[in-house]
Amino acid sequence: MSSRVMTAARAGFVSCETCHLLSRPANRLEPGFCPRCGEKLEIRRPASIETTWALVAAAAICYIPANVLPVLNTTTPAGSEGDTIMGGVVYLYTSGSWPLALMVLIASVMIPLGKLVSLAYLLISVQRGSIKSSRERTRLYRMVVFIGRWSMLDVFVDTFTVAMVQLQPLMSVAPGPGVVFFAAVVVLTMLAAESFDPRLIWDSTKTDELALG
Amino acid sequence: MQLRVAGRFASTTIAGGAFEMWLQGQRVTSVLVVFCAVLAPAAYLLLMLTILLAARRSPMPQWTGELVRWLTHLQVWSMLEVVMLGILVALTKIAELATVDPGIGMYAFGAVVMLIPAVMVNFDAREIWLRVRWTEGG
Repeated sequence: MSSRVMTAARAGFVSCETCHLLSRPANRLEPGFCPRCGEKLEIRRPASIETTWALVAAAAICYIPANVLPVLNTTTPAGSEGDTIMGGVVYLYTSGSWPLALMVLIASVMIPLGKLVSLAYLLISVQRGSIKSSRERTRLYRMVVFIGRWSMLDVFVDTFTVAMVQLQPLMSVAPGPGVVFFAAVVVLTMLAAESFDPRLIWDSTKTDELALG
Repeated sequence: MQLRVAGRFASTTIAGGAFEMWLQGQRVTSVLVVFCAVLAPAAYLLLMLTILLAARRSPMPQWTGELVRWLTHLQVWSMLEVVMLGILVALTKIAELATVDPGIGMYAFGAVVMLIPAVMVNFDAREIWLRVRWTEGG
C-alpha cells in the first residue's frame, strides 16, 4: 500500500490534545495556546521519544524487584513468611477461585509486561521510520493507555489485606518491599504512555512523498 | 467493612487501609492509594458538578473550558473501579480465614463504582466545547 498521508502538521495545522480543536498557529515554532480550551499547543510533544524511553527503561528496572521481592509478609504464631505477586496468584488458584487468580495474573503480571513490550515496539518502529500498519499501532497505543490503570489492582489488594488482617497476636500482615517497586512500575508505565505522542506514528511517511502530496 | 476471626473484630475503611500502609512504613504506596482511590475520584466528581452547573448558565462562564481540561487529565488517575476489584480479591483471600461483613460503606461504594462510569459515558465534552467562548487571537 502506498501511503501518501496528509497530516495536520504538514498542512500547517496543529491539533489540541485536550479538546481536539484543529487550529492554524501564526508561528509554527511557537504555536502558543489553544484558543478554545487554553491547553498549550504542541505540533508534537517535545522530546517525546527520549522521555518515553527513559520512563520505559526505569519501569523495566523496577519490574524485576517488583516480582522477586515479597509484597506481603504474613506473621502468625507459627512464624513469618513472605508472599510475592506470583505467590498470591498461586494461592488464589489453589484455594479454588481460579477466575480471580486469572484476573490478578493478567492485571499484575501480563499487563505491565505487555505494556513495556508494546511501548518499546512503538518507540522502535517510530524511530526506524516504519510506515507499516500505522493504524494497528495507533490502536495498540490506545489499548496501552486504556488498560494501564488496571495494573494498580495488586497495590489495592495488598493495601486492603494489610488493613484488614491486623489480628494480633493471631495473625498480621505487613506490606513487603515489593509493593513500592510494583506501584512504581505501574505509575512509570502510565507516565510513559502519556509522554508518547501517537501522532509520531503517522509522521514516518517519506519526505519525497510529502513533496508529491 | 468488618472482619471477624475467632471472636476478634477488625473493621476498616479505604482511608484506613492507606493509613495502615503509612504506619507500616510504606509511605509512597500509601500516598498513591489515597490519591487514586480517594482524592482523584472526589476531585473528579466535584469538577464534574461545577462544570455541569456552569453549563446551565448562559452565557457559560469563561473558566469552564479550563475545568474540562483538568477533568480530562484527572480521569486517568481516578481508579475506583480498580479499587473495587482489589477489595473483591482481598476479601476472597481473607474469606478463608474469617467472616466478612460488608458495612454501609461497602454498599455506598458499590453505588459510586456503578455511577461514575455512567457519568463518564453520558458526559460529552464536545457539548461543552461548543459553548466555550474562544479567546481572541490564539
